[in-house]
Amino acid sequence: MASMLMNPLRSFLFTFVFPLTLSVSVSPVQTKSKKTLAKPGVKNIVLVDGVRTPFLTSGTTYADLMPHDLARAALQGLLHRTSLPKDAVDYVIYGTVIQEVKTSNVAREASLGAGFSDKIPCHTVTMACISSNVAMTTAGMIAAGQCDAIVAGGVEFMSDVPIRHSRKMRKTMLALNRAKTLGQRLSLIGSIRMAHLTPELPAVAEFSTAETMGHSADRLAAAFGVSRLEQDEFALRSHTLAKQAQDSGLLSDVISFKVPGRDMVSKDNGIRPSSMEQLAKLKPAFIKPHGTVTAANSSFLTDGASAVLIMSEEKALAMGYKPKAYLRDFVYVSQDPKDQLLLGPTYGTPKVLERAGLTMNDIDVFEFHEAFAGQIMANLKAMDSDWFAQTYMGRKTKVGTPPMEKFNLWGGSLSLGHPFGATGCRLVTTVAHRLQKEGGQYGLVAACAAGGQLSMKVKQAYP
Amino acid sequence: MASLRALGALSRVTARRYNVMSGTLCVMYSHFSVRSFVNYEVKEDVAVIRMNDPNSKVNTLSVQMQTEMTEVFNEVLANNAVQSAVLISSKPGCFIAGADINMIQACKTAEEVTKLSQEGQKMFERIENSPKPIVAAINGSCLGGGLETNLGLISSTIYRVATKSKKTVLGTPEVMLGLLPGAGGTQRLPKMVGIPGAFDMMLTGKNIRADKAKKMGLVHQLVDPLGPGLKSPEERTIEYLEEVAIQCAKDIVNKKIALTRKKGLMQKAQDYVLGIEFVRQQIYKTVTGKVMKMSKGLYPAPLKIIETVKAGLEQGPDSGYLAEAQNFGKLAMTSESNALIGLYHGQVACKKNRFGVPERPVKNLAILGAGLMGAGIAQVTVDKGINTILKDTMVDGLSRGQQQVYKGFNDKTKKKTITSFERDSILSSLTGQLDYKGFEKVDMVIEAVFEDLNIKHKVIKEVEAVISPHCIFATNTSALPIKDIAAASKRPEKVIGMHYFSPVDKMQLLEIITTDKTSKDTTASAVAVGLKQGKVIIVVGDGPGFYTTRCLAPMLAEAVRVLQEGVDPKKLDALTTGFGFPVGAATLADEVGIDVAAHVAEDLGKAFGSRFGGGNVEVLKTMVEKGFKGRKSGKGCYVYTPGLKSKDVNPDLEDLLEKYKLAANPSVSSDSDVQFRLVSRFVNEAVMCLQEGILNGPVEGDIGAVFGLGFPPCLGGPFRFVDTFGADKLVEKMRRFEHVYGNQFTPCQLLLDHAKDSNKRFHK
Repeated sequence: MASMLMNPLRSFLFTFVFPLTLSVSVSPVQTKSKKTLAKPGVKNIVLVDGVRTPFLTSGTTYADLMPHDLARAALQGLLHRTSLPKDAVDYVIYGTVIQEVKTSNVAREASLGAGFSDKIPCHTVTMACISSNVAMTTAGMIAAGQCDAIVAGGVEFMSDVPIRHSRKMRKTMLALNRAKTLGQRLSLIGSIRMAHLTPELPAVAEFSTAETMGHSADRLAAAFGVSRLEQDEFALRSHTLAKQAQDSGLLSDVISFKVPGRDMVSKDNGIRPSSMEQLAKLKPAFIKPHGTVTAANSSFLTDGASAVLIMSEEKALAMGYKPKAYLRDFVYVSQDPKDQLLLGPTYGTPKVLERAGLTMNDIDVFEFHEAFAGQIMANLKAMDSDWFAQTYMGRKTKVGTPPMEKFNLWGGSLSLGHPFGATGCRLVTTVAHRLQKEGGQYGLVAACAAGGQLSMKVKQAYP
Repeated sequence: MASLRALGALSRVTARRYNVMSGTLCVMYSHFSVRSFVNYEVKEDVAVIRMNDPNSKVNTLSVQMQTEMTEVFNEVLANNAVQSAVLISSKPGCFIAGADINMIQACKTAEEVTKLSQEGQKMFERIENSPKPIVAAINGSCLGGGLETNLGLISSTIYRVATKSKKTVLGTPEVMLGLLPGAGGTQRLPKMVGIPGAFDMMLTGKNIRADKAKKMGLVHQLVDPLGPGLKSPEERTIEYLEEVAIQCAKDIVNKKIALTRKKGLMQKAQDYVLGIEFVRQQIYKTVTGKVMKMSKGLYPAPLKIIETVKAGLEQGPDSGYLAEAQNFGKLAMTSESNALIGLYHGQVACKKNRFGVPERPVKNLAILGAGLMGAGIAQVTVDKGINTILKDTMVDGLSRGQQQVYKGFNDKTKKKTITSFERDSILSSLTGQLDYKGFEKVDMVIEAVFEDLNIKHKVIKEVEAVISPHCIFATNTSALPIKDIAAASKRPEKVIGMHYFSPVDKMQLLEIITTDKTSKDTTASAVAVGLKQGKVIIVVGDGPGFYTTRCLAPMLAEAVRVLQEGVDPKKLDALTTGFGFPVGAATLADEVGIDVAAHVAEDLGKAFGSRFGGGNVEVLKTMVEKGFKGRKSGKGCYVYTPGLKSKDVNPDLEDLLEKYKLAANPSVSSDSDVQFRLVSRFVNEAVMCLQEGILNGPVEGDIGAVFGLGFPPCLGGPFRFVDTFGADKLVEKMRRFEHVYGNQFTPCQLLLDHAKDSNKRFHK
């Protein structure tokens, strides 16, 4: 179920707009936007390509790996896909949420393991569900002239999480290290009681509010009057679209991965289109007995890793690449972690559009992170409400809702899975691929994360 | 000064709007053509009954409310399209806050009140036997009659859904007004939550939060309060609660929800044990023993509650309900209930700002001195959205004070009333510092430095050099006249006294002292801050000892004389607590601090002369010299050992008292005489404060004495005591003491006026 580790991840919304410069003059959309969104004096940053490992339900084929194994697979996949020389990048950045303590700088371990030059510095960032969004926006280093080529990615491995000894036990063990005499050691060992042996699980609840994310999502859905039926319908839509995308080969960012000691994996395994009747049978997972959020309309615990190659436009062209999209603008917002934990997209969307000088109508492709069906529906209702916009956002009118025919058309986190740290790169790569496939010009990525934060990115398709 | 520990039941009387009472159905059979209090609509096959008192912020069980409720219930029961019902309040934050106390007070005889109770019992019985399931949807306070409404609905037909909001509390606070839950509560509650749980609720009157109520079996299901959505959080939460309750009602009809809770093993075991008569007898005995120990038999209500519960359990429901109605009637006529209800009204009155809205609200506040008082004031301020500076002159003192504030909130975290995050976020508004940085932004300074006029003068000059012109200077002193402190100020209209009581976070009273020069806006601002801090406020005139300290000083002087006359401190404590004081006089002196007591006795002795005499001040001074400063120094009248609750009399004190021994006059030294010597001096001084215009009125006098000094709550305060006991009888006693001891017992003119004319009363 989605509960366990979702909390550390709050909402971030990224809006990337990628404009297709060449088509600007042709498309009516562009006449409205009048520009390519390029900013004078700032380098254009492009997405060269993006890949991800198949996203698997945790506890399945990846069960015996470690997080850096998955990240390494994604990096190797990216090297293979782009034929990138192993010393051609200046920096590697990874996002992750639940850190394996042995590989706390998982970016470095994965990069070394993938055969990147040991001269390439790496760092790891964390910002809940939008950790890899942070990794990607760190590509601002390119605009600042620090680097020309960066690999950003994300990884999450929920099949194994650090479960610690209790604080009491840790204290005793640390004291034992410092004990000098046998007597001291024996007395310390003698002080161990049953209570010392209770393990400490990773936070199930938001630290500041002690509320689990599923619980919060259920309250959010109730606050916006989202019914169980609406949520189940949206969940079914996500699974159905994901299945179609998978079957028709649209999910080309997925690389095949030979898991050591196991089979070759080349498909996401959480996509399960079901029927409304079956979905209706499930009991609420968080608020019992009257809640509406169930295991089926929440994103599930997932293992997976992703990676993208980001360069300055000149460098990409010099190396002979044909970039997939421009990364244009982004914004992070955050709100009250208790009652507005998952409302990031509502707050972030108008902001990033304003920054980029676009309107909702200009956007051809929307990719929103689906933490919970109820959370998506609540955001859509909030964006459609004048009252909400006036009361809480200080706007005169509502934000407006993205049209569903442009929205998450290839499935989303509900169906594809949601490895917290890796989802951001998946969203961005998907937008680029959808812009190419659907012939659109601008795409918008939004994701909410724990702590009431959100990242938004605007992308512009590359001509 | 006056560091009283929590008083008895009364101190818990929070300002929350708990009215008491139970079903006061004087069911009037007059039909109102249009119902304005209770209405219902049928949603599918569920009748949603909404309560909304159009004239008040809260719902109370008034006559009209009950009449309309009965009508609506009858219609709902008769309506064939209705399978079940939901009972809900349209008011955010209040289900039913209880019944109107005035309804009981309007009754002249016990029989009338008994009749009220019986009408209530009958209505609830009818509802109890309703064939249609009823779901009570509770958001906000559900107290007294409100809870009984639910209890009445219990048994086979009621299902209770409550929000987890902090405002949602359930309870039976009647005992705090000297009454009992009189609409069937004493009979139904033991069945619901078990005998021990029911006694706990009814005898303490405590508020029970929703999650605890669920564990106890008082509610069946909890609903989370919602945040911002398409409507305001409050509005949408009520709507959501209604939706959930309607679903529950349907599920009960469809048999998806069983009304009987499955009993756990513990529950079954408890039921078995309590089925044995011998065990029940032991429980009654233990509970009665505890009540007697705590109340000294001065409060009749707890004993009547036990008696009533017992009647129902041992002799069957008929006797139980009859006993409840009769005892309810009897209690309503007692002077104790009258006194407690008077205090309740007084407390409500002292929670209002009669000086109007201040020109600018205090957003930034600085406290000088991080001692016990300073840190205590910081603790009650910083969580009210006020940026607080705590300034001391020494790092050690500052650090101790900051730790005290931290501990206050950390204890709340441990009790789970706030989260650790809330604690941290509250403490982020507190700045500890040694200098005057940032004082230019401060709206009010409260000084709590050492009680020495010269130091206070120095501080006021230093502060006035750095603060902005609008800033108010409040001084926390227990005895120094404010005008003397203000003498050093360039802007005396901005100077005011704010006398807090220790421990500040527990003691509810704040005594605000104004001088002739204090401006009205300064007073309004001080009262506004005090109210924010959750205090019950009396505003008094300036003078040595103001009101509270001035009343306490003669009583303590008398206590010293009693000790000098050879009465053991333990005996002295027993005599005072036996009169109804929550803390004995000797213990009180230790709590206040012997040094403070000596200081005050000397100061006030100088100001008022021999009238404040009695015990020899040298006794206190010698004690201070020997280091017996009270609890804080580990020795005073008693010896305090950390970790030990019991305390022994300080053996060195006996030698010391031997030196100052006075011969007791047997004609005024009986136990009762000693009690009246102590109390009459207190009361006489209080009446004199009213006579001299220090006090605004008897209500504030009663509230100040009870909440600040622990005057027996069952007596309702010095003024109500005079009314009840009789001024003439009190004067007669005082004349007898005056004959022996002189002018310390001379009754003041106002008291004599009341003694002469029995129609004169302080409280109407």
